Amino acid sequence: MQTEKLYLYPVWVRLWHITNALMCLILIFSGISMQYSNTEYPLIPFSAAVSMHNISGIILTVSYLMFIIGNWSTSNGKHYRMRIKGLIVSLLNQARYYAFGIFKGESAPYPVSKEMKFNPLQQFTYVLTMYIFVPLVFISGWALLFPGIIVTNFLGMGGIQLTSLLHVTAGFLISLFLIIHVYFCTIGHSPSSNFKSMIDGYHESH
Amino acid sequence: MTHKASKKLFIKTLTVTTILLIFVALGSVVTASDKKARNLDEESRKCLKCHGEARYYLTDTASGDSVKMKMYAELRIDLVNYLNGTHGAFKCTDCHSSDYTTVPHPASVKFETDYTCLDCHGGDEKYASFHFETIDEEYARSVHADSLGTDFNCWSCHNPHSYKLTGPKEKVVNKVAIDNGMCLSCHGNSIKFENLADKEIPNLINRHDWLPNQALHFKNVRCIDCHGAQNDSLSVAHLIKPKKNAVRKCVECHSTNSILMSSLYKHAVREKRNQLGFYNGVITNEAYIIGANRNYYLNVASIIIFALALLGIAIHSTFRILKHRRNAD
Repeated sequence: MQTEKLYLYPVWVRLWHITNALMCLILIFSGISMQYSNTEYPLIPFSAAVSMHNISGIILTVSYLMFIIGNWSTSNGKHYRMRIKGLIVSLLNQARYYAFGIFKGESAPYPVSKEMKFNPLQQFTYVLTMYIFVPLVFISGWALLFPGIIVTNFLGMGGIQLTSLLHVTAGFLISLFLIIHVYFCTIGHSPSSNFKSMIDGYHESH
Repeated sequence: MTHKASKKLFIKTLTVTTILLIFVALGSVVTASDKKARNLDEESRKCLKCHGEARYYLTDTASGDSVKMKMYAELRIDLVNYLNGTHGAFKCTDCHSSDYTTVPHPASVKFETDYTCLDCHGGDEKYASFHFETIDEEYARSVHADSLGTDFNCWSCHNPHSYKLTGPKEKVVNKVAIDNGMCLSCHGNSIKFENLADKEIPNLINRHDWLPNQALHFKNVRCIDCHGAQNDSLSVAHLIKPKKNAVRKCVECHSTNSILMSSLYKHAVREKRNQLGFYNGVITNEAYIIGANRNYYLNVASIIIFALALLGIAIHSTFRILKHRRNAD
């Protein structure tokens, strides 16, 4: 089969992506270890988990700033600009394709191109994750790193408690995204081709 | 009387009554505090004329000369704290020798032995819930009794002239401040510490530099929660352990079986085991302890959502594999 290769992932995107992925993994494991800490069966020793979480959280913030600057100063940002008009229809089209069309051998409704490297469902979840959940998780994370700045009481609940709930919820949604993201990356020219793309920068399609 | 006039009279009467009620209420508050102050007997008032002041006058009975003297901090009694304290109803000579009524005090009073808590509270059914005997046994095994012997006693921590029992309903942050204040009265006062222990005072900030968010821990956890051995029958641990045995593992507090539930939050735990599905929910009102505060419902919801996501992936990938095989055939 004739394949086409598109250079979609420049070096800075790949560097940011790998840093982001590694830090998210460390943050998820160390976070789970702290949240479900146990004297007898620690996933990671508590104090080590605290240090790992703090350091990787700081690196994630730096890498996020790199991502924002990159998206702002290069054409990569256009892939994260959602079109509200017709959004629901395009999301449903893509969802229907993943649920049924893919098994019927239909062609993708929104094929990858230089102008639009994400399909509507990808774009929607990436924007939600990168522009809402990740900022929420690192802003609340920084606040928890300096708990003195958090208000003591908010509407009868502890400020740290609320910040922590927000942090854990955002972290949970990011970890859910991560699992689904990794699975959907296996849907490509071959199950491994999308992973290779994030190494060499080229997207393979037929 | 017209309707308008009667309405005016009603408003006037109501205003006057309200003002009168406010005065009566204020008056009763003032009287109540005065009443307490007046409860101090005449003899004790004489004691506090010197012991309640920073400076006092000593008069030579032979020459009649007076000299202004400084009252040492240890011998000075704060009248307000004394009257509000647990022992505030006593007169001075209830606990001290009546020889003290002679001024200047005769040398014989120097041989007076201090009462211990057990002298009054021991074997008394009225105080049985405090378990003073157990406190005494626990204290005898503590690092304070071991290293300081008779130089240290109940009064070293519990000033009998100001000690006030903190109730179970006291806010945790206040309880922490009061209890840590007792420890810091020596461990944060180099003169007092070095006089008592005959060694240089350790720097508490440096000693605890391993503790993340040190200030937050100091504000929300008591020294005795990590340095004391908990005893189920006691409200507050009195067996202070040597520093090498202090809690140092984060998970001992940061887990669902947090030791804080049997120490700092003991009273609250007895009252309420769970709140809105939070493990150790009693903590959530006043603090947040990662690992110790979890929410049962959120835990279950997160597991279900994760399981559904994995199930979806499993079904989708199964269909993909089947389709791939069919295509290959």
